[in-house]
Amino acid sequence: MIPAAFDYHAPTSVEEALRLLAESGDDVKVLAGGQSLLPVLKLRLAAPEVVVDLGRIDALRGVREDGEALVIGAMTPHHEVASDPLVQQHALLLREATRTVADPQVRHRGTFGGALAHADPAGDLLAPCLALDAEFVIAGQGGTRTVAAADFFQDYFTTAIDDGEILTEVRVPKHTGWRAHYEKFSRVAQQWSIVAIAVTLRSEGGTISEARVALTNMGTVPIRATAAEQALAGVAATPEAVAQAVAGIAEGTEPPSDLNGDADYRRHLATVLARRAVLAAAG
Amino acid sequence: MTAVDETTTAPAAEIGSPRKRKEDQRLITGRTRYTDNITLPGMLHLGMVRSPLAHATITGIHTDDAKASPGVVAVYTGADLAAAHGSLPNAWPVTPDQKAPEHHAVAVDRVAFAGEIVAVVVARSPREARDATELVEVDYDDLEPVLDLEAAAAGPPYAHPDLGTNESATWIFDSAEAGTGSDVEAAIDQARGDGVVIERTYRQQRLIPAFMEPRSTVVDPTSEQITMWSATQVPHILRLMLALTCNISESKLRVIAPDVGGGFGGKLQVTPEEVTTLLVANRLGKPVKYTETRSESLVAGHHGRDQVQRLTLSATKEGIVTGLKVDLLANMGAYLGLVTSGVPVLGAFMYNSIYKFPAYRFTCHNIFTNLTWTDAYRGAGRPEATFAIERLMDDLAAELQMDPIELRRKNWIRHEEFPFTTVAGLEYDSGNYEAATDKALELFGYDELRSEQQRRRESNDPVQLGIGTSTFTEMCGLAPSRVLGSLAYGAGGWENAQVRMLPSGKVEVVTGASAHGQGHETAWSQIVADRLGVAFEDVEVLHGDTQVSVKGLDTYGSRSLSVGGIAVVKAADKVIEKARHVAAHLMEASEDDLEFSGGRFSVKGTDKGMAIGEIALAVFAAHNLPDGMEPTLDSDATYDPVNFSFPHGTHLAAMEVDTETGAVKLRKYVCVDDVGIVVNPLIVEGQVHGGLVQGIAQALFEEAVYDDQGTLVTGSFVDYLVPSAADVPDFITDRTETPSTTNPLGVKGVGEAGTIASTPAIVNGVLDAIRHLGVQDLTMPCTPSRVWQALQSREQGEPASVQPTNPEQTSGNLNSSGVISPEQGPRTEGGAS
Ligand SMILES: Cc1cc2nc3c(=O)[nH]c(=O)nc-3n(C[C@H](O)[C@H](O)[C@H](O)COP(=O)(O)OP(=O)(O)OC[C@H]3O[C@@H](n4cnc5c(N)ncnc54)[C@H](O)[C@@H]3O)c2cc1C
Repeated sequence: MIPAAFDYHAPTSVEEALRLLAESGDDVKVLAGGQSLLPVLKLRLAAPEVVVDLGRIDALRGVREDGEALVIGAMTPHHEVASDPLVQQHALLLREATRTVADPQVRHRGTFGGALAHADPAGDLLAPCLALDAEFVIAGQGGTRTVAAADFFQDYFTTAIDDGEILTEVRVPKHTGWRAHYEKFSRVAQQWSIVAIAVTLRSEGGTISEARVALTNMGTVPIRATAAEQALAGVAATPEAVAQAVAGIAEGTEPPSDLNGDADYRRHLATVLARRAVLAAAG
Repeated sequence: MTAVDETTTAPAAEIGSPRKRKEDQRLITGRTRYTDNITLPGMLHLGMVRSPLAHATITGIHTDDAKASPGVVAVYTGADLAAAHGSLPNAWPVTPDQKAPEHHAVAVDRVAFAGEIVAVVVARSPREARDATELVEVDYDDLEPVLDLEAAAAGPPYAHPDLGTNESATWIFDSAEAGTGSDVEAAIDQARGDGVVIERTYRQQRLIPAFMEPRSTVVDPTSEQITMWSATQVPHILRLMLALTCNISESKLRVIAPDVGGGFGGKLQVTPEEVTTLLVANRLGKPVKYTETRSESLVAGHHGRDQVQRLTLSATKEGIVTGLKVDLLANMGAYLGLVTSGVPVLGAFMYNSIYKFPAYRFTCHNIFTNLTWTDAYRGAGRPEATFAIERLMDDLAAELQMDPIELRRKNWIRHEEFPFTTVAGLEYDSGNYEAATDKALELFGYDELRSEQQRRRESNDPVQLGIGTSTFTEMCGLAPSRVLGSLAYGAGGWENAQVRMLPSGKVEVVTGASAHGQGHETAWSQIVADRLGVAFEDVEVLHGDTQVSVKGLDTYGSRSLSVGGIAVVKAADKVIEKARHVAAHLMEASEDDLEFSGGRFSVKGTDKGMAIGEIALAVFAAHNLPDGMEPTLDSDATYDPVNFSFPHGTHLAAMEVDTETGAVKLRKYVCVDDVGIVVNPLIVEGQVHGGLVQGIAQALFEEAVYDDQGTLVTGSFVDYLVPSAADVPDFITDRTETPSTTNPLGVKGVGEAGTIASTPAIVNGVLDAIRHLGVQDLTMPCTPSRVWQALQSREQGEPASVQPTNPEQTSGNLNSSGVISPEQGPRTEGGAS
């Protein structure tokens, strides 16, 4: 488990990091928490010549408010996201999902931005960001651009971040007081989702007024369940009514088949888990 | 004994005390020496080039680029090394005509499994070695790989074309022939007429011993004696086997197992890596280290289990068992390791378990395939047997609509019937199945759970409840040498110990049982502290170095305490006898008038006395000893057990099955084990907990899966799911103590008990939850997807029985998410490029 040799840089500002990326050509990797990148390097599935470590750029770490948005720095470790009071207040879904990631060690090293940039379809933070209509702030030599979640996740392990760019922060519209639940299905505690359902909603007097729902690992990118969201609006939070509203949630999806189950099984799971997630969120 | 001991070291009874382990401070903090921590001046490092193919002819190996790579000292192929060693050892030719392929440390002209070493790079640093392995190019001609066990049994094609068969050996035990019982075919025929016959095929999936510390070896050839440090369970066996295999004088070889981070049988081996490291170090005359990566450990460390069990059980309609026939296919994989061939044979004596079968026949076919070789894995043969019989008993109970506990009561050996000679020819010395079972039922709340099960069934609850039973026994404490001889095993089963009295009164205990996490240092100290009446802290336990512990047969088969511990007792007793002689002399008393208690010899009826430490000092000075006495108290003992030990217990599992998702949850687990007298309850508890999780892992989580080319798909812990504490509930454990009658401490083994017992308890529980829904069988591990599929086939009116071993294996879907594939990499490793 020894990576091939590489040059290592640890810049202290985004500008310096971008300059290093530009100077290093194609064969460069950005290092965040290293929880996904280091195994890749150790197994020699990648052997970049240069690694640029973002760990010393303080500006990339932390959670703050900016008007109607909550801004989460890319280098904020999972455990800080999961324990942040602002996140709990304005984006409860993120907290619920982040708590299911791996184990305490990984949550102390792995970062919010690293997980999203990595864009593993089985990763647990993609669907919640999609459900919350998060926006991704990407910095490059030419300046900064903002990409909507729907456009950010492009394919299997592929995002809108281009070579030479860095994800600096994620802006999450405040969903203050929304209830939330992340229903993750896995075989052992320390495992990625076989399937998971992210739900955040508002309800009044036992009736759902508004819901946001997204699916983890049901395709190469997270999937927003718009039809289910519409069907849930105005529905009583009873098992029967919710089951009916989410019955078609897996229709048209093309989930993977692997050791944990085939596509049919995943589609079935999604339907069962969606009902449970909505009911749990509705409390 | 006087009430107050003026030395203040008078120990309380150590045996039975839950001492914290003295070795844990260094093991847990890592402030210790594992093999990979060892660094010697001028040390070189190895990198292995391994075959990506399961079966191929090697037509060319190009090493020039690797040789030119920075830091590289040499590159060797199989052809370079073959002359320096013989075939890697198999110590257990189970039949005189057993077939085995030649096994080189580095493949010479053909590879027989993916992961086999084809070349070795020697470099100045581990990284340079690793870099250069990527520059070695190997030309292969594909041969057809033999991957499926049942197809292999029918072969061709052959895993080793030269052998002309895939069958290594067939081993049979028949109670009618052995005179230990009657004819099983007659019993089955009879039952077909007026009783019941249960016929089943169970599958033991392939497992990987996932020890925490990957294997590592350092060899220093720069002194008169060559020294090898290795992460091994068996330094003594390794030394002998290396000497024989590599044609080195045994006296020129010293093997050290420093602190070793777990083994579970996976380090009970003479590995190609150890042999290669030794050969390279010898050739270059320099210290050499090889430490495997986790990926290498998973593909090339030996695997475990992998059997197909065809079983027939006959019984009367009243539920009295009358016969048991076992027909096994055991997957050897590509080669025969140290005891590969003997693992299924060890199970042969355990299928009848605690039940009074009058007739029994066991046949085992040892089959070669082009997969990683198998060998011992925690329990070795006995978990397979226990799984089979405990599942059969539950299946029989279901067939007869009888409570599974009731059925067992009708058939087990009653407490008053011990000692009892079984249909497999073993004499069980002791046991109390009634007591363990009664206690377990009470702790479990059996009746309440049965009522809850009924309620859930009636209300058609989406979550169904099942209760799994396993009333296991096992044979351990390997082993009486005569028995091993009768089974054609290549060595004996004794163990050696030495007790040394130091002049200061402190004690050194040398044991041939080589601990790799079990806590020997603590347990042996407790035994000796009690025996000699010295303080626990004053006992130092030394092991794992053939220069310190000169004789030994190491640690496996739950043998350390019941064999090695007894050797310690016998050596300590010899020390006491010598000391008594001196004490009598010094106090001018007759030996018969001396009492030894609390570490003191006292003269009966007087206040005269001497502590054993004082005697040790007197013997050291040797100024005044009995005539003709050697000036030493030190003693050693070699103990050959007269019998195996037979721990037993009753394990109960409450399993919840979510019928909507197939998810299985272990809600409650109760076990009452009888491991005889307990030296340290805390260590026993640890062994039971760890053992349970390992057995539960087979039932629910772990499985080595290969693709249709023979490439290991579960090549990382992302896919080979080893559970953690977070995946199991708190266990409710208790004990009964029925002493073994065949050793002076009354102890039995505990190292494998939990693993052996728990697997069937879990699977029985899962089936009990959904049997009424039409599911009769499930293949391990019982994954949510398999359980759900089984429930679906039932709903669609199909027979919901045995599924193929790995339904996913041949589906061609393996290359999607979650598993390693060239396009994708493992889950952790996809690039965000
Ligand atoms: C044992 C284990 C279990 C895990 N279980 C789960 C789980 O259950 N659920 C889950 O969601 N995740 C899981 N993970 C993954 C974990 O969440 C990782 O932390 C995450 O996927 C990557 O984050 P990181 O900060 O470690 O990124 P790194 O590994 O450092 O980087 C990952 C990739 O993203 C790129 N990158 C990182 N940051 C940036 C940036 N700011 N801009 C541009 N590119 C960037 C890197 O170049 C690299 O390609 C697990 C990881 C481990 C080791």
